[in-house]
Amino acid sequence: MSEDQLLLGDVQVGQELPELAIEVTPTTVVLGALATRDWRPMHHDKDFAQERNGTKHVFINTPHNAAYFERYITDWTGPKGRLGKIQFRMSDSVFPGDTMVFHGKVEGTGTDERGCGWVDLAIRLTVDDEVTTSCSARIAVPTEPGDNPWKRKGSDWQPSPSS
Amino acid sequence: MSELPAEVESWIGQRKYEEWGEFDVERGYIFTSCSSVQNGNPLFWDEKVANELTGGPIAPPSMISVWFRPHYWSPGRTEEAVPLQLHFDLKATLDLPEAVMTDNTITFHEPVRVGDRLKTTQILRSVSPLKTTKLGTGRFWVLEVEVENQNGELCAVESYTGYGYKRDPS
Repeated sequence: MSEDQLLLGDVQVGQELPELAIEVTPTTVVLGALATRDWRPMHHDKDFAQERNGTKHVFINTPHNAAYFERYITDWTGPKGRLGKIQFRMSDSVFPGDTMVFHGKVEGTGTDERGCGWVDLAIRLTVDDEVTTSCSARIAVPTEPGDNPWKRKGSDWQPSPSS
Repeated sequence: MSELPAEVESWIGQRKYEEWGEFDVERGYIFTSCSSVQNGNPLFWDEKVANELTGGPIAPPSMISVWFRPHYWSPGRTEEAVPLQLHFDLKATLDLPEAVMTDNTITFHEPVRVGDRLKTTQILRSVSPLKTTKLGTGRFWVLEVEVENQNGELCAVESYTGYGYKRDPS
């Protein structure tokens, strides 16, 4: 690790990211809904969520979920970490009163044909040890201290292996 | 309802709803978003770091959908505006009143910068045959949203899998 910045050489397949636990409150849910401009009532109106969605409470919305994943990943990489791709599947919702825990593991590392360093991650979001959202992410990290993935443009930036 | 209506079939692959965001990308929302998840990445809080790494302030990539969500109300609007109209068109045309999103994939290209105005285009990629799940009977569909900045540069491609359904009578 160079200062607060992860380098590709610091990462090994199988390495685990530090866990992150968040106590979810109604404020957590509503703050996320407003921050993502999601005005749908199931994210701020408990009666609506219970009567129309059949859920026990308001629940965290999709883009707020994405923002948490980004925070979790870049807390680990440092500011030069540049997300290329994120994919997640929500199998259950997260409600006030839950403690959500992020777990991450390195699935792959490598350098593409343009010299960009990549780390592939598998991330699980759990509540009471049950997975509520599974996520895969691909993030570019510097190959050496002078490298900066944010400077890449055009064909030098290949966020998806097939692109 | 077992055959896919020809109207919906014709939407597959079509570029629909090319729309500009209702406001420029701005730092207030960036701070609010970072605050909502306690994201302390200095790239979004420290102008010096932003200038050094990205040539000026950018938005967190995961905020991509924030910039094309419509205001809850604006002057002259008589109906609620929805952020992914094609999803609601499918629900209405296929007579599937309930829907959930199950999968979300975002591929990030050019960073979104403060001051950008973004344009989105919605594309229906597929609609499944009728399927029955624990929620009811309906169809899965895959929608893509392409996001470009005012210079025509691709910023992101977002893909959603939605499941529109009718609750089973029991």
